Amino acid sequence: MVLNNIEKLLEKYENGETSLKEEQQLKHYFTQGTVAPHLEMYKPMFAYFLVNKQEQFTKDVPLKTKRNFNYKWISVAAVAVLMLGFYFGTSIYGGDLGTYEDPQLAFNEFSKSMEMISEKFNTGASTVSYLNEVNKGTSTLGYLNEIENATSIIFKN
Amino acid sequence: MTQTEFLNIVMPFKDKVFRLAKRLLVSREEAEDATQEVLLKLWNNKLKIAEYKNVEAFSMTMTKNYCFDKLKSKQAQNLKIVHSNYEEKNTPLQKQVELNDSVSWVAKIIADLPEQQKMIIQLRDIEDYDFDEIAKMLDMNNTAVRVALSRARKTIREKLTNTHNYGVK
Repeated sequence: MVLNNIEKLLEKYENGETSLKEEQQLKHYFTQGTVAPHLEMYKPMFAYFLVNKQEQFTKDVPLKTKRNFNYKWISVAAVAVLMLGFYFGTSIYGGDLGTYEDPQLAFNEFSKSMEMISEKFNTGASTVSYLNEVNKGTSTLGYLNEIENATSIIFKN
Repeated sequence: MTQTEFLNIVMPFKDKVFRLAKRLLVSREEAEDATQEVLLKLWNNKLKIAEYKNVEAFSMTMTKNYCFDKLKSKQAQNLKIVHSNYEEKNTPLQKQVELNDSVSWVAKIIADLPEQQKMIIQLRDIEDYDFDEIAKMLDMNNTAVRVALSRARKTIREKLTNTHNYGVK
């Protein structure tokens, strides 16, 4: 290649005006065969570029295919569980607790249970009677009103 | 999208992502981590990949941002001493090539450039992207890329000429 041409290219190269193709020519010139002595210093530069281009990435990249879980299936499962719950719940404990055929027997059983309730209720209510004492106590506190009357008279003047 | 489809998309540019990360983060391990992170992010958003106009450019931008975050983070500051001790020429890859000192000298010169110029040199001179793509990746305009590139190239040439003439190292 004509030396003149290379020199021109080098100047363009330094100004960042060379095309990729022209740069290829330069690289070719400086990495193959002999180089004019006054251009010797460019040689390592182009050699370096060439060497660097060969370096490769050798490390493995672990590519995991992560299964993204579909959350709508959770709601489907929940609905299924609920339906099963309703179905078995009603069939096992069924609303029917049994009835008395004889009205007299039914009345007896009813009054028996009501008696029991009133008995328990009365024992509960008797223990609350001391609340009356509290009422008595508060009524004796009525004289506080007298004090208030007295103070209102004092402050009025 | 299956793994193979994803790999077919990613394979062509994963090395470029890695090299850009390495240019910015210096250490190989850090760069590998960064690349892995970027690829995993892509994989996790694989449903959106079809929407991206240019997956490659998008990934490069992602890499750039990720590396900047890394460099800014506390962790990176703590590791700074280790990083500057890290000798680029220790990489076996460069040993393979009959290594004259000046090649590793180039690496040092590039490492001393500002981050932005570093990236542009990497993307243009090593990965051969065209200006429009670089502008898109780095979120700059076309002329700014050219100016920065020109500056970077001139700096490299100047420093190389100096060492060449004085025979320093």
